[in-house]
Amino acid sequence: MAEHFVQPPHWEWYIVGYFFCAGLAGGLYVLATLLRITGSPRNDAVVRAAFLAAFPLVVACGILLTIDLGQPLRFWHMMINTTPGDGGLNFKPWSPISLGTWALLVFGIFSFVSFLLALWRRGSSTIFEVIGSVVALFLASYTGVVLSVSNQPVWSDSWAIGGLFVASALSGSAALLVLLAHWRANSSWSEPRLDRADRYFVLLEAALIVVFFVTLAQAGTLAKTFSGVWLVMWILVFLSLIPALLGSAGSRRTLSAVAVLVGVLLMRYVVIFSAQS
Amino acid sequence: MPEPVGFFTDTSICIGCKACEVACKEWNQLPGNTPKFGDGFDNTGQLDAENYRHVKFVDLVGDTPIVTGNGNAWLMMSDICKHCTNASCLEVCPTNAIVRTEYNTVLIQQDACNGCRDCISACPFGAIGFSESSGTARKCTMCYDRLQANMQPACAKACPTQSIQYGTLSQLHQKADARLAALKKQGYDNAQLYGRDDSIYGGLGAFFLLMNKPEVYGLPNKDNAVLPRRNNRMGYFGGFVTAAIGIVAGLVAFRSRADAPPAKGAEPPASAP
Ligand code: SF4
Repeated sequence: MAEHFVQPPHWEWYIVGYFFCAGLAGGLYVLATLLRITGSPRNDAVVRAAFLAAFPLVVACGILLTIDLGQPLRFWHMMINTTPGDGGLNFKPWSPISLGTWALLVFGIFSFVSFLLALWRRGSSTIFEVIGSVVALFLASYTGVVLSVSNQPVWSDSWAIGGLFVASALSGSAALLVLLAHWRANSSWSEPRLDRADRYFVLLEAALIVVFFVTLAQAGTLAKTFSGVWLVMWILVFLSLIPALLGSAGSRRTLSAVAVLVGVLLMRYVVIFSAQS
Repeated sequence: MPEPVGFFTDTSICIGCKACEVACKEWNQLPGNTPKFGDGFDNTGQLDAENYRHVKFVDLVGDTPIVTGNGNAWLMMSDICKHCTNASCLEVCPTNAIVRTEYNTVLIQQDACNGCRDCISACPFGAIGFSESSGTARKCTMCYDRLQANMQPACAKACPTQSIQYGTLSQLHQKADARLAALKKQGYDNAQLYGRDDSIYGGLGAFFLLMNKPEVYGLPNKDNAVLPRRNNRMGYFGGFVTAAIGIVAGLVAFRSRADAPPAKGAEPPASAP
């Protein structure tokens, strides 16, 4: 039975926002790459929309992370060692927050290049996008691992948060693309495919939530994330997945996509706040 | 390099006077928080950016009269950063603001810390707090500035009962062993050393003589004294497996089916760019 005597780090709305944007940015990049790999030029409009949306989200990530710091002007201390006599770069592979900083920077470069190429309506090489997608998936995953690699109740009691955040990054970004596709011309080919992908991702997310609960039950801290209002929120998270699981068309499809996106945000909110309450 | 130094806190002789708290605030110029008055004698609350020392009061006196508490009925313990050998805070700190000093203590360099607060989520003892005034994480420095001037830390100097003793770790270990043996001889069966050996985070620079189980004082026992990095491997593995499943699912969902008839209302295929 895990017993914890730690204090909460007071990671609150900025961090929820950062995790949300990082998941969506990473997910959009991966989905754009997958759509490109599957080869149909009929996906081009959606691919372009995904690359155009990913980079601004990465910029939002950087802003949210920086303003969450107690000393925002020292954000660069994440990368440069300022200890007298040490100097050099800060790179601690065993510390997810350190790895994640570098991942955000590297993904920022990939997403920026893809953004510019999308702006100029040029395609980048598949290999470039595949490498960018690997970094994107890491970005989506590490935000969960950074919680697990702590001594906080709930967070450190489960190894599944990294996976859960990847699954919800994919479901959220597929939902976002469904919405973008809905509002763009030349997207009707992609829309049902995105919808189908979203259903698979939502199923994966639901499975990961169950794994998350099982790991917490094993550690004896499930009650903490279920206490009071948090239980209601978890129920809402599950409800948000149901329309996408059932599948829909037309305007119901957009509503189901909005529900998935709200659920993705809510899930991160519950995971982050319930552990610190 | 000076010999490793630390604190031996003998809780069996702590009288809860809080002289250590006051001396610490005096020396480190900590204004403190507004006192909280509740049920017990603890009006400090917890260790944080304003309280590098915190005298814990563990009231185990029952409502019915008791014959003897075997030293357990009314526990007091002056808590502090443990200056762990394997320090969770130092492990996760992304800026390397947290360093091990030449005295083997753990120090947060205030001019390097950017206030990300990852160390707070990692410290299993809740020893670090975030200071709104400095925008940084703060905790006991073991009076690093006093050590450099060959002075002992303020709390140890102020403690009237010598419950807090400062010295080289090798000396303190000997003292602690002798004290434990004496208490056992007097029949205090629950008395035990905490952090004297390497079973708790590789050994603690600030270790304790406790009169009850560590959990009773709000300290993790051996099974719960684990480092954050234990979750790295499985955390990333979970992310990797999910990503792999997600990619396959995405490819299946997006596969072209170019030979299938277009859905009703779908536009004709666009030409390749
Ligand atoms: S007690 Fe906490 S703050 Fe002190 S060294 Fe150990 S992990 Fe760091």
